[in-house]
Amino acid sequence: MNLDQFWVDLAAVLASASPLILATLGETITERAGVINLSLDGTMLLAAMVGFAVGFQSQNVGLGLLAAALVGGFIGLILGFLSLSLRQSQTAVGFVLALLCTDLSSFLGNAYVRVPGVAVPSMPIPFLKDLPILGKLFFHHDLIVYSSFILTPALSWFLFQTRNGLILRALGEQPTAAFARGINVIQYRYFYTILGGMLVGLAGAAYSLDLKQGWSHRHIAGMGWIALAIVIFGAWQPWRVAFGCYLFSALQVLASRSQSLWPSVPTQVFQVAPFALMLGFLVLVNLSNKPPSTPREAQISLRWLSLAKLMLLMQGLLHSLAASPPAALGKPFYNDEP
Amino acid sequence: MDVSIFDLTKTFGKVRANEQIRLHFAAGQIHGVLGENGAGKSTLMKLLAGFLRPDAGEIWLDGQPVKLLNPAIALRVGIGMVAQEPLVIPAFTALENFYCASPASAMPNLASARQRLLNYAEQFGFTIQPDLPVANLTVGQRQQLEILRLLALGAKLLILDEPTTGISALQKKALFEALRKLAAEGKTILFVSHKLEEVAEICTTVSILRAGRVAGEGQMIMPQPQDHLLSLMFGQEIQTKNPSLPQKSETSSAQSVWKLDSVTLREGSRSLPNLNLDIPAGTILGLAGLEGEGQQLFLRLLAGRLRPKTGQFWLKDVEMTNSAPKAFREAGIHYVPADRLAEGLVGKFSLVEHLSLLSKMPGLLINLRSAQAQAGAAIATYAIKAAPTTPLAALSGGNQQRAMLALIPAHCTGLLFDQPTRGLDILSARAVWQQLLARKAAGTAIVFASVDLDELLKYSDSILVFHGGRVSKALDRTDLSATQLAELIGGVGFVAGE
Repeated sequence: MNLDQFWVDLAAVLASASPLILATLGETITERAGVINLSLDGTMLLAAMVGFAVGFQSQNVGLGLLAAALVGGFIGLILGFLSLSLRQSQTAVGFVLALLCTDLSSFLGNAYVRVPGVAVPSMPIPFLKDLPILGKLFFHHDLIVYSSFILTPALSWFLFQTRNGLILRALGEQPTAAFARGINVIQYRYFYTILGGMLVGLAGAAYSLDLKQGWSHRHIAGMGWIALAIVIFGAWQPWRVAFGCYLFSALQVLASRSQSLWPSVPTQVFQVAPFALMLGFLVLVNLSNKPPSTPREAQISLRWLSLAKLMLLMQGLLHSLAASPPAALGKPFYNDEP
Repeated sequence: MDVSIFDLTKTFGKVRANEQIRLHFAAGQIHGVLGENGAGKSTLMKLLAGFLRPDAGEIWLDGQPVKLLNPAIALRVGIGMVAQEPLVIPAFTALENFYCASPASAMPNLASARQRLLNYAEQFGFTIQPDLPVANLTVGQRQQLEILRLLALGAKLLILDEPTTGISALQKKALFEALRKLAAEGKTILFVSHKLEEVAEICTTVSILRAGRVAGEGQMIMPQPQDHLLSLMFGQEIQTKNPSLPQKSETSSAQSVWKLDSVTLREGSRSLPNLNLDIPAGTILGLAGLEGEGQQLFLRLLAGRLRPKTGQFWLKDVEMTNSAPKAFREAGIHYVPADRLAEGLVGKFSLVEHLSLLSKMPGLLINLRSAQAQAGAAIATYAIKAAPTTPLAALSGGNQQRAMLALIPAHCTGLLFDQPTRGLDILSARAVWQQLLARKAAGTAIVFASVDLDELLKYSDSILVFHGGRVSKALDRTDLSATQLAELIGGVGFVAGE
């Protein structure tokens, strides 16, 4: 593999992570407000299908993207209505919506299976695209990918630097305290559930209109679940969530490259490998929830000292990765009880 | 701000939490609102703070009727409430809590919020570090933070629901000073409590709620005779004489239950050095000190849930330094934590189910009949207001604590209590202590931690004071006055034991 190929692959990692970034950051917003939207996998499939179909019918990519976002927002609205207004379990409602939307996408999308449709046009940025290396890495993409670049710092800034971000975090941490501060908890949770859902919907269309163009049954099944896992892995912190997306994307690119290197290994292994590796990372992070043990240097002989130091370093690193979810995540909020 | 309440009524299902409440609170004064647990005080305050909407009735502020539909409106018209468990966001820093959801007009940005927080804190002599996570603050500091936040938002009516529960004597002093100062500035203060002494100490007027209604003739000017207030609160003449001082018992000959020799404790960053102690059977040892000075470490050591770092530890002359918690339980040591529902009881279970859990019957099936009989007996003996099958979470704090006692075998070696009467009204607290004193007479050694000075002085034979990560020697109760004890807790004249 030569160096040029490496930069091309890296650019592919950045691009192919973009739908995941949209979906995970959308879910991060929703979960930060204290609502779990478990319907991600179904929502993304349905939005991908609708986005593709609308784009195909209207021959307009913008309309397709818009339709996908509206579908995601609408699913968020249903979840909000059932769990926030009717006070049903978020987990149960989310699961049922995931199943429902998956089957609905297959049923409604029958007519669009493997038909050629529209796609988001590539849009290299003038001047910047000619920069050595950086140009190839960051500025030879399309609007979806650029927006994924912007979204991470934007959300991080919003959460941790703005007045409304503080309120958003309070909703997920201690809604009664937010209520006491004059915040309409239910209304805000609706808003962020719908907003997060719209980003998830957009993520679906980012596949069907951009990265995996077209539509087929269960086109991108599984990506929603991995997105949910990445949000946990990323500890609801935008930068870490984005890192998780890039990591998963890199594992996928690596797997597809390895496929040509070892043709004797069944292709399924490479398709499944990123998921398995991701699981390994999750376990590591959760193991590190235990506080790091204090070094007992007296018991470590000199020969093992450097190894022990390395292990401590690893432990410290993993510990710094461990984090707790928003304290009120998934819990209902009532303000009319004695 | 002048507050008038007309015929305020609020029901929850069939429960009439507030019924035709009619009261008037004048500006520039501290008004006490008294009542036992469940009398409707919290509901009334939530109605005033916009947390709940009344079914009927009106609230007038300075001669104008207002509709307090939600806390946002209440805050805007100048009503702020500090809940018993201050409603802070534990994951945030003190400053973020202070700033969160404040109107831009009051605090345009974080820097100005910091300045305001520091200014207000200095004004009232509160010490709050803006960048410390609130999870690390004591209940008293959280309460101070909430008061400052509400003042910064322009509160003219400040409601404090049971503000002295769980705060230290020093924090209480600072709180009372701050409240007097605020009243002098013309603010209206509502001081909700079930502690008569505190209302007597600080309030200009007092109103008593009983079973959702205003008891007696309505608002009264303090001072009032204690008997009168108590009879209004409980609807009956109750004995208000304090039980006499514990007799100095002939403890010297009694067998020791716990014996500690140079024990050092450590958990995380907290530690207690060099404990030497002998706790004989049939005595009560009180643990005094601010919250979190290590009393819980000590209790858990005695319960076998925390092993000593160094030193030796005997239970009834058997060395237990490294024994498992189960061995302590088998030796008759029982521990009742402060948070009964979180650590002591299964809230959804009834007495019958708890007794079934404890029974050592062989076989697969529950012996329901025997458990029911036991539950019936326990209810009679301990005067628990519940049916055998009522979920314990549905009981009042006093009844839960009595249920807790009922689950502990009558003849046990040692009892460990963390805050035995926290959140209980006077009658329930007395009932709990009657049970404990009976057990003491039967030879049980009792160790309890409390932040209530009166409780410590009333029931302990000797007292350990915890301060700054160290422990005093066991001080004889008869040598201590309330003032001395308060000073020791604050570190004045504190000497660590050898």
